[in-house]
Amino acid sequence: MSRPGTPPQESNGSEVVLILGATSMIARETAATFAGAGYDLTLAGRDAEEVERVAADIAIRHGVSATSERFDALDTDDHRRFAEAVTGATGDALAGVVVAFGVLGDSERAATDFDEAQEIIAANYVGAVSVLTHLVPYFERKKSGFIVGISSVSGDRGRGSIYTYGSAKGGFSLYLQGLRNRLHKSGVHVLTVKPGFIDTRMTYGAVKPGMAADPAAVARAIIRGVRKKKSVIYVPRIWRLIMFAIRNIPEPIFKRLGL
Amino acid sequence: MTGSIERQLSGWGRYPSGTTEVCRPERLSDLRECMSEATSLVARGLGRSYGDAAFNSAGFTVLTERLNRFVAFDAESGILDCEAGVTVDEILSVLVPRGFFLPVVPGTKYVTMGGALACDVHGKNHHKDGSLSRHVTDFRLLTPSGDLVFCSREENSDLFWATVGGLGLTGIVTDLRIKLIPLESSYVSVDYDRAENIDKALELFHESDEKYKYSVAWLDGIASGRSLGRSVLMRGNPAAAGPGTDLSRHSSRSFSVPDVFPGFLLNRVSVRAFNTVYYRKHPRKAREVLTHYESFFFPLDRLSNWNRLYGKKGFLQYQFAVPYEGGREALIKVLELFAKSRYGMFLAVLKRFGPGEAASALSFPMPGYTLAADLPCRDAGMFDFLRQIDRVVSAAGGRIYLGKDARLAADAVREMYEGLDAWLELKARVDPDRRLTSDLARRLELVP
Repeated sequence: MSRPGTPPQESNGSEVVLILGATSMIARETAATFAGAGYDLTLAGRDAEEVERVAADIAIRHGVSATSERFDALDTDDHRRFAEAVTGATGDALAGVVVAFGVLGDSERAATDFDEAQEIIAANYVGAVSVLTHLVPYFERKKSGFIVGISSVSGDRGRGSIYTYGSAKGGFSLYLQGLRNRLHKSGVHVLTVKPGFIDTRMTYGAVKPGMAADPAAVARAIIRGVRKKKSVIYVPRIWRLIMFAIRNIPEPIFKRLGL
Repeated sequence: MTGSIERQLSGWGRYPSGTTEVCRPERLSDLRECMSEATSLVARGLGRSYGDAAFNSAGFTVLTERLNRFVAFDAESGILDCEAGVTVDEILSVLVPRGFFLPVVPGTKYVTMGGALACDVHGKNHHKDGSLSRHVTDFRLLTPSGDLVFCSREENSDLFWATVGGLGLTGIVTDLRIKLIPLESSYVSVDYDRAENIDKALELFHESDEKYKYSVAWLDGIASGRSLGRSVLMRGNPAAAGPGTDLSRHSSRSFSVPDVFPGFLLNRVSVRAFNTVYYRKHPRKAREVLTHYESFFFPLDRLSNWNRLYGKKGFLQYQFAVPYEGGREALIKVLELFAKSRYGMFLAVLKRFGPGEAASALSFPMPGYTLAADLPCRDAGMFDFLRQIDRVVSAAGGRIYLGKDARLAADAVREMYEGLDAWLELKARVDPDRRLTSDLARRLELVP
């Protein structure tokens, strides 16, 4: 948990990273890795008690300041207030944001139940677009900073088993790609992270143990990606190759595979 | 419920094992779900209990490894609030450099605080400071009914004492508060004394144990005759800050033992040779040897998976305590029975206990002596032989450490733990459907 990865540009100690969806294992590890590099943290999520626990844990382990904020990806009406509250509280110190929230949902149900499909799309795509819309102007004005979006390899090609989630993550990946293009001239770095199977509650019991990577590996890759100003990273790296292959299977064949 | 995986689990001794559905909550809400939906369950930390206390082959085993958040730390009072999945390793890594140490540590740092509380672990300072529970101010317990109950010596004290040493059978602790002790340096100033037999060792304990905060003896479990129970006493006090000391934490490096060792590697002949060398390599007497806490408290942690040295059949850890009165005779009887048997006692450790926790029905330590030893699994005859030892222990008014046990009989545990009936009544009240259960609980008939 607490092992710091390669530090990004070392923080001077007063810079803050905002993590949205802070209670997931990937988010916890990412927060710990930034804290290990000296960043203060603002952690946000829906389950206030859990967010506070994660914040307290990071603060005690790493001796940084970690505050918690309530944030619900689905409550888009509240995102303007949220963005203003965070940028207001951190002033110029907000160095970057990590969009780590998302839900897998029930793919089977989503195929026939629009409520389920809508929630998957709202939590993985609409909510992300909404909160970034309110946060981006801050970084644009500042002409620096980083925006990390945790998308998914599922967004690289539509598959029968998981296309609602995949389409939302695919939309998010495209949004980040466009944002990167637009913000390049402002000096704001946008990093798209595409995890494969990671050993978290999302995959536990669904993926063979040993097939899923340690969430700390995602955190280390994010820090490296921020430092090296990468555009798109796959974690573990082998997924770049796997998804290259999957993307390049001709559709007439792919549609028969039932993946 | 979040996903689960069917797995074969065992304790650290790799005997016995069972197939169980494993789930791994990451949030309190996940844990609540496990508690309300699992047919039967027991929590498991790092699986360092030697026997069958921490898996439930009838149903679910709940890994607490991701419920490992530090909740609060007050440097003024030294009180740490942490979740049950936080490990001794993590606490020392974070807080030793800030000048704090745990008031009680077991022989490995790879245990969770929840597991440590469920076994009410003791350390080398038991004769001075008691077991872990003495330093735990309170905890929150998720009970089978789904309630989160605050337990302390004042509030819900019956549940507090039933959970201390309660082997996870009263609920799942979410977080606990413990008072840490200030640490001047990471070192212990250790005195070594060789004792040529058990009588000499006990004499040294009685003569000078009170001078030392930490005290333990390595014992040669194979030597016989005039050398029966020959020992090396290792006793020390925290070293003050000064030349050659610092507040360094332990190293995280370790060597992983591959799983290639045949069970017969450690036998009476090889261990007799090892014991002789080990005994002789210690000087008759050495004073104030500055030793880092890691090598003093956790000598085996550098070898991760050292349990593999005993081969795939695994091993038992047999630990018992006997009261001072009649304790010497019982120890000698046990050592003699082992010396005459085909079964070697490896890595034997002798220690003097101070007062136990009278209010806790299942907490192991009692004023007297305790002896712990590893026994490689051999044949069925070994189990009969150990029942003979159980009778010696029981007749002396002693008991077996349940947190390490893998084979004790249900009637024997009733002789050894007087408070068991009252504990079973409370268990019935807090868990009427007996959903909290483990292979150990069924073996010892703590659940129907």
